[in-house]
Amino acid sequence: MSFREVLNGVQVEINTILRLEQITKSFGETLVLKGIDLSVYRGEFITLLGPSGCGKTTTLRIIAGLEIPDSGKVILEGRDVTFDEPNTRSVNTVFQNYALFPHMSVEANIGYSLRLKRVDKATIKNKVDEVLELVQLSGYSKRMPHELSGGQKQRVAIARAVINQPKVLLLDEPLGALDLQLRREMQTELKRFQTHLGITFIYITHDQEEALNMSDRIAVMNEGAFVQIGTPAEVYDRPQTAFTARFVGSANIIEGKLLSQDKDTVTFSCGDGIGIANLHSTPLTPGQSIAVAVRREHLHLLKTAPENAHGFDAIVKEKSFSGGILQILLSYGEGKELIASRHGLDSNLSPGDHVFVTWDPEHAVPVDLENPA
Amino acid sequence: MKTKRRNGLSLLSIMPLYLFTIVFVAGPLIYLLVLSFLTRAEVWGVVNKFTLDNYRNILDPIYLKTFAESFKLAILSTSLVVLIGYPFGYFMAKLSAAWKRYMMLLIMIPFWISSLIRLYGWIIIFRANGTLDGILMGIGITSAPLKLLYTYPAVVVGMVYALVPFMIFAVYSSAEKLDWSMVEAARDLGATRWKAFTTVSLKMTLPGLLSGIVLTFIPSMGLFFIADLLGGNKIVLVGNLIQEQLMKAHNWPFAAALSVVLMVLTSLMIFLYRRITNVKELEGLI
Repeated sequence: MSFREVLNGVQVEINTILRLEQITKSFGETLVLKGIDLSVYRGEFITLLGPSGCGKTTTLRIIAGLEIPDSGKVILEGRDVTFDEPNTRSVNTVFQNYALFPHMSVEANIGYSLRLKRVDKATIKNKVDEVLELVQLSGYSKRMPHELSGGQKQRVAIARAVINQPKVLLLDEPLGALDLQLRREMQTELKRFQTHLGITFIYITHDQEEALNMSDRIAVMNEGAFVQIGTPAEVYDRPQTAFTARFVGSANIIEGKLLSQDKDTVTFSCGDGIGIANLHSTPLTPGQSIAVAVRREHLHLLKTAPENAHGFDAIVKEKSFSGGILQILLSYGEGKELIASRHGLDSNLSPGDHVFVTWDPEHAVPVDLENPA
Repeated sequence: MKTKRRNGLSLLSIMPLYLFTIVFVAGPLIYLLVLSFLTRAEVWGVVNKFTLDNYRNILDPIYLKTFAESFKLAILSTSLVVLIGYPFGYFMAKLSAAWKRYMMLLIMIPFWISSLIRLYGWIIIFRANGTLDGILMGIGITSAPLKLLYTYPAVVVGMVYALVPFMIFAVYSSAEKLDWSMVEAARDLGATRWKAFTTVSLKMTLPGLLSGIVLTFIPSMGLFFIADLLGGNKIVLVGNLIQEQLMKAHNWPFAAALSVVLMVLTSLMIFLYRRITNVKELEGLI
């Protein structure tokens, strides 16, 4: 190991605020977490993204101390806190249902942790006013939780969780119950809070748009394991597995058999045609199964096949329009399906039309089919 | 037009309820109140002659002492019922659905047997050389019979035994509705288990505890047969007094006056209790 590598290692270690090591957890017969590892860096906004039931909430609860893992370690700032009580960890949570204390005013809710620490009243009041201003709820201190709207409750829950300056803030799908408009606003707000406070955020969601929008890094989770951890751009543009490509980019997975491989590209058979994709990272043997991810907007649909073009024939099955985007469902080969998307309503295609499907090789990313659990 | 007919209909459908309440609740209460101001007849029944003597008689030290004794016993049994019933009901709400059903069944089963017969059970347990003595002397903890039957502790045990299920169900029903994520939030924010309990769980289950106390305190003033059967003649409660005045002395107006005073006192207690445990007041306790 070179000196630089050692130095890098030390650097990473210092910058790591929280580390999960080989965490496993089962409930009854169900293995919920299959030995996960994760390093969270100081001050970053990391999102655990995955479908419901993938184990992301359990991971969060283990970090908070509300759940004890069957095996593995939780290291917070270099200290093993796996078995520490939740009240002794410098980690706070914004719960999915907010979990505000209904019998306490906004002020009392937010000041709760400081009162437990026996901070004097004047200091508590100042700090409460300070965070209320941050979450733009000044003047609401005397309200009771039932007098607040969903968005306001959300802000109070965040204020309550950050007043104690935790080392890590855990957010369990905090925007799930809000409507779309408010959700967009809160995304920007959350990012602002995080920058302002400088606290490390671990955020949970099943909404890829939310994850891509706010995160410094995204940890894609499926069936109790991390599938890919990287920046939003990495996860979105260079998915490593079919799962990530589908879940994060809503991409099409096109499967085929390898025909040839040269310096830059791979060629493979698919449908009744051939496909070309960017070079695969690992050497392949002809005849081997290969899968590539192509996002919906990157599929070109042509009336006639150009000469020497790669691609295959498909039939338009359905069209649907939502959110300013036209989705076109296509079938090809033997019962396989693809979805292409276009902006606007201008498509002159109608169900039953024959089209030639093609794409630019740089938009086809080879992915692993199996989920490396 | 339509709403009017609707209103008429809903009034009609709710009428039986009003009627029932008037006939079976308000009626007897008014009758009792009126009766308490009438005069006792020479031999049997009452004479329609207004008097305050019935209430004046209550001020007799003997009766005042009975009231004081009753309150003391009610406070003692209610406290014990809270200590046993609250944790029981609270933790029952945390069990799995299947276990909840079993526990519920276990609590309900004794109710299928007449309460009088269950009391005879306690007599068998408590009497000299009875079940309890047999066990205690058998394993050598005591050497002579405890003679617990017809003592104050026996009455307390009987009261607690009879009333604990009400507390359990009252607390259970409000703990059932408790959102446990709030307790987790408290823990997450730095509260120890105990602090989280006192500042969140207890506050949220207070309505259950309160109704449990009401359900326990009031009957424990009047369960005269428990005092009779387990206390012999040594312990006289307001309930016993009323029963004696009504059934043995045939002094109905006096029995009515005693009942009215008992009702007023217990209502007053409930009122005070509600004032003290005002949720707003409790907020600043931590």
